[in-house]
Amino acid sequence: MAASDLHEDTVPSGELQVVPVRHPGRWVAAAVVLVLVAMLVRTLFFSHVMRGGRPQERFEWHIIDQYFFTSEVLKGLLVTLELTVLAMAGGILLGVVLAVMRMSPNPIVAGAAWVYIWFFRGTPVLVQLLFWYNASYIFPSFTLGVPFGPALVHINLNATLTPFIAASFGLALNEGAYMSEIVRAGILSVDEGQTEAAQAIGMSRLMTLRLVVLPQAMRVIIPPTGNETISMLKTSSLASVVTVKEVLYTVQLIYAQNFKTIPLLMVASLWYIIVTTVLMIGQYYLERHFARGSVRQLPLTPVQRLSRALRIRPAEGPFGPNLDVDAITVAGSGRPHGGEGGGPL
Amino acid sequence: MVRAEGVRKRFGRLEVLRGIDLEVGSGQVLCIIGPSGSGKSTFLRCINHLEKVDGGRLSVAGHLVGYRHQGGKLYELRDREVCARRAEIGMVFQHFNLFPHMTALDNVTIGPVRVKGEDRSTAAARARQLLERVGLGDKVDAYPRQLSGGQQQRVAIARALGMEPKLMLFDEPTSALDPELVGEVLDVMRSLALDGMTMIVVTHEIGFAREVGDTLVFMDRGLIVESGPPKQVLANPAEMRTRAFLSRIL
Repeated sequence: MAASDLHEDTVPSGELQVVPVRHPGRWVAAAVVLVLVAMLVRTLFFSHVMRGGRPQERFEWHIIDQYFFTSEVLKGLLVTLELTVLAMAGGILLGVVLAVMRMSPNPIVAGAAWVYIWFFRGTPVLVQLLFWYNASYIFPSFTLGVPFGPALVHINLNATLTPFIAASFGLALNEGAYMSEIVRAGILSVDEGQTEAAQAIGMSRLMTLRLVVLPQAMRVIIPPTGNETISMLKTSSLASVVTVKEVLYTVQLIYAQNFKTIPLLMVASLWYIIVTTVLMIGQYYLERHFARGSVRQLPLTPVQRLSRALRIRPAEGPFGPNLDVDAITVAGSGRPHGGEGGGPL
Repeated sequence: MVRAEGVRKRFGRLEVLRGIDLEVGSGQVLCIIGPSGSGKSTFLRCINHLEKVDGGRLSVAGHLVGYRHQGGKLYELRDREVCARRAEIGMVFQHFNLFPHMTALDNVTIGPVRVKGEDRSTAAARARQLLERVGLGDKVDAYPRQLSGGQQQRVAIARALGMEPKLMLFDEPTSALDPELVGEVLDVMRSLALDGMTMIVVTHEIGFAREVGDTLVFMDRGLIVESGPPKQVLANPAEMRTRAFLSRIL
C-alpha cells in the first residue's frame, strides 16, 4: 500500500474541532480522597473518647495550644535549630574537604579520607553521640602540641565538653562522612572538559575546583544536601538521649510531669513539620539560583505563577487548563498540535 | 616557537605518538590533518602539558614542556610552574568548554583576573575589546547556553586570547559546529593568523589549511607521514596514505 493513500484517509484537511481527552478517573480519585480527608478531620478535631469516665477531646488540642508557644518549647526549638545549623555547617565543610582529599592524586591523603568515611558510616550515629557524650571519661583533658613534645594548648574536657557541644560534634563528624560522598558525586558530574579548559588558561588544581568545578557541582550537590538538612533537623532529636534540651527532650521533660504524652509529642512534631516546610521553600530558591547558566530560561516560581494565573486567567477547570483553542487548522502533512492552553501554569 | 624531537606518548599498551618531529616558527600557522586516532589531538594536548610526554623532547619558546633543564639533569616542573607555562599558551577545544555558570565577559576575564592577578576593570575593558573583535560585542552578558555553537566557540577564542598567549592551539575548533556556523569561526582564526599569531590547528577544514596554513602536516598512527607547504601537499601528495586520506575527505 502506498503511504500517501493511508495519509489521505486519516488526516482530512480544513478546520476541525478538537475534543480534549476526558479524565473520569480523576473525579473518582477526588471523591475518595475527599471522604478520607473528611474522616481524618473528624478524628482529629471533632471526636471524643472516654477517659476516667468522662468524655474528652481525643487529641486534646487545648493542651497542644497551651504548650505550643511556651518559652520552654521555643527555647528547645532554638536548640534544635542551633544543632541542625552547626551540624550541617560542620558536615558540609568537612564533606568538601574529605571529597577533595578523596580525589587527591596523593594516595595517602585519599586513603585517609576513605578510612574516615568508612569509620563514620560504619557506626550508628546514636552510638557516636553516646561516645562523644562520654568521651571525657576516656579523655578527661585534651592537649594540643608537638607530638611527644611540649604542649601548647590544654583543654579540660570534663568542663568544656557539654552535652550540646558533644552532640554538635558527633552529628557534624557523622554528617561529614555522608556529605563528602554527595560532594564527590557533584564533582564527578562536572564534565572533564571544564577542568581542562580551566587548566589551559593556567588555573591551579584548587583554583579550578573552587572557581569552575564546585559552582557547577552545586546543582547536583544542593538537592541531596537539602535532603540531609531536613533529615538532620530530625536526627538532632537523638541528642535528647544525651540530655541536650532540644525540642524533643523539652517536651519529654514536660510530659514526664503531666503525663500528656501524645499532645506534647504533637507539639514537637508540628514544629518539625513547620521548620521542614520552611527549609523546603529555601531549598527551592537555592536550587533556582544555582540553575543559572544551565537552563536557557528559569521557570517561574510558584508565587509568580500564582500571581500570573490570578491576573490573566480567572476561569480554569479544576483539573488542568482548559483548551482555549476551539479549532486548530490541520495543515496537509503537519500533525495537529494541541495548545497547552497558554500560560505557564 | 615550538620544537618537537622524537615525541612519544603511550596510553597503557597503545602507543599514540611514535616519534613526532616538527618545528613551528614564530608567527607561523601549522595545520595538522589526519584520520581520527592518528594522535593529532594528543600531540596538541602534549604541547600545553594536558598530557605528559613519555619520550623525546618538546619545547615551547625555548622551554622544555614539563621540565627544567639544569646542570645536565631534567627536573620535573612543580604544578605551579606548569600552570605558569600553560598561561602563555591559548587553547581552543572542539566542544568549546566554556564555563556555563559565567557570562561571556566573565569567561574571558576570569583567567587574567585570577591567574595573572590583573585588575578587574582593566581585564573587563580588554575582554570587551576581545569580544568585539570576535564579533560578539553585543553578547557580553549572555551565558554560554544562550549562544549558538559558533558564538560559543568565538567566546572560547576570546577567552584564550585574554591571557595574551604567545601560541594558540586549536583542537578541531569547527568539528562540533553546524556547517553554516563554521565560517564565522574560521574568519576569526584567519584574522588572528593575519595578525601574526603563532597557531597550531588540528582541523578537517582543508580549505582553511590551504589558504591560511604555512605548513600542513599529515599524521597517521602516531607518525608524521608527510609535511610541507599546504598547496603542495594537497595538490601533489607524495605518500600513498596521504593520497588515500585526501581522496576520502575531499
